[in-house]
Amino acid sequence: MRPFAYTRAADVAAAVAEVGSDPGSEYLAGGTTEVDMLRIGVARPRRVVDINDLPISGIEELPGGGVRLGGLARMSDAAAHPAVRGRFPVLAQALEKGASAQLRNMASMGGNLMQRVRCAYFRDGGAACNKRAPGSGCAALGGVDRGHAVLGTSEHCIATHPSDAAVALTALDATVHLRGRAGERSIALDDFFLLPGDTPEREHPIEHGELITAIEIPASEEARTSHYLKVRDRESYEFALASAAVALLVEDGRVARVRIGLGGVATKPWRARRAEAALAGAPAERASYERAAAEELAAAVPRRMNAFKIELARRTMVRALETTASLGARGGTG
Amino acid sequence: MTPRVGRARIPGQAAREEGTAAGPRTGDLGPGPAEIELAVNGTARRLRVEPRVSLLDALREHLGVTGPKKGCDQGACGACTVWVDGRRVLGCLTLAVACEGREVTTVEGLADGDGLHPMQQAFLANDAFQCGYCTPGQLMSAVALLEEGHASDDAEIAEWMSGNICRCAAYPNIRAAIRQVRDGGGGDRP
Ligand SMILES: Cc1cc2nc3c(=O)[nH]c(=O)nc-3n(C[C@H](O)[C@H](O)[C@H](O)COP(=O)(O)OP(=O)(O)OC[C@H]3O[C@@H](n4cnc5c(N)ncnc54)[C@H](O)[C@@H]3O)c2cc1C
Ligand code: SF4
Ligand code: FES
Ligand code: FES
Repeated sequence: MRPFAYTRAADVAAAVAEVGSDPGSEYLAGGTTEVDMLRIGVARPRRVVDINDLPISGIEELPGGGVRLGGLARMSDAAAHPAVRGRFPVLAQALEKGASAQLRNMASMGGNLMQRVRCAYFRDGGAACNKRAPGSGCAALGGVDRGHAVLGTSEHCIATHPSDAAVALTALDATVHLRGRAGERSIALDDFFLLPGDTPEREHPIEHGELITAIEIPASEEARTSHYLKVRDRESYEFALASAAVALLVEDGRVARVRIGLGGVATKPWRARRAEAALAGAPAERASYERAAAEELAAAVPRRMNAFKIELARRTMVRALETTASLGARGGTG
Repeated sequence: MTPRVGRARIPGQAAREEGTAAGPRTGDLGPGPAEIELAVNGTARRLRVEPRVSLLDALREHLGVTGPKKGCDQGACGACTVWVDGRRVLGCLTLAVACEGREVTTVEGLADGDGLHPMQQAFLANDAFQCGYCTPGQLMSAVALLEEGHASDDAEIAEWMSGNICRCAAYPNIRAAIRQVRDGGGGDRP
């Protein structure tokens, strides 16, 4: 690990000023991505600014039925919060299926959105990687690509976005609140993640030093009957091969409202809008779910070792829809 | 000297709130070695470390607290599990400097003198290890697990202990030890 300086920010304004004015400074929250990146030399700041003392770790119930998660709220605390569990079960489940109990105690919600890809070539300083070293190429193309994405890829990068929570948050239409040197602004979660295109090094439409102060989730009826299904190589403590976040409201046997996120198969937390459109008003039954899933995966591009993910993602989405529909039928929230 | 801490604390019950460790620091530390103070198992310890030194390395290499083990150094095994402010975390992904003013507890802080913690006794009684390398981390997770209330049945124990890998696959016996303490049969301490 290269040497770096350390400072602890006392308040939000100071943190934003310290990092925003210095390209060589980076935030340190839970450190579960950042310390790993520092150790393997992918992150090379001259200084880290520890934001753990900032007063943005709260979890707040909003009057209309929404929830506001502080940027520093820990994954474990967000998952355990009664309002999150009751109103947005899909998020509580996605959080608890991520990482391990120890990591969730450390990791913050803001850091979760900012986590880096798990592509082995990204981590290997000796490999070509456009994300780490723009213009150097992509060793995953034609390399070991079993874990890589089939949706949203480009010829410059095919790395899967690793977050589970962000998949639930995209289905929940969450908003990211930011504080920068120019003031405050908000970005819809779906817009907060960029497709790799020909600039895979640019992952978010934000300036250096913009701080995630909160993530806000609006109230919605269908979110109460929501579910997260995660399929992986082992039962726990593993990233998704495919996952689906579903919020579904069935009325008179038909899909009244549905929102779907896909994980493990795309270069960003994937909002499955084609599937949602195919499901609007359709009978709430397996045939509709299968049509919708096929529709969403029609644009998938298989690589050498990851073609199985297309079928896996279809089945994951179908099963998540079936499970969620049965929760609604029982009137439960999972 | 601050009081010994032999049990998991309620989350948020930070040493810094009790004023047992150094107050908030202003200005930059490092990149060279800087003098910091860590509260380890209830004792204030001073050491000189660069900001890049992990809590795990600070404990093992600088303070001789070798209970926490280094398996992967990248968050993937749980051998380095310790408590910071009463919550189980990974020492390898934590910077030592970031722990100033917080309370660090390692497996060495579990026992009360020569009296083993009930979970340690239960690990012995149930043969919950072979090589023992993962055991300090397993113990720190297991005690925290009971405090968190995530040990209702074997499936829940397995899920919430999944952050501690055991290469010797002592899992069934680890679960048996946890069940025993959960059900009040851990040993001579409540
Ligand atoms: C072994 C392992 C397994 C994992 N498994 C999963 C999994 O299954 N599912 C999953 O979703 N995740 C998983 N993770 C990833 C984990 O959830 C993230 O590392 C974590 O959420 C990052 O949060 P943090 O607070 O630790 O961020 P840090 O590591 O402190 O920071 C990460 C990045 O975000 C920046 N940053 C942090 N906070 C802010 C902020 N408020 N505003 C702006 N920038 C900020 C930092 O500068 C840094 O670049 C795993 C991680 C490990 C190590
Ligand atoms: S897939 Fe993306 S992250 Fe992986 S090597 Fe290619 S450019 Fe780098
Ligand atoms: S050494 Fe920390 S998790 Fe493996
Ligand atoms: S006892 Fe050997 S690794 Fe667990």
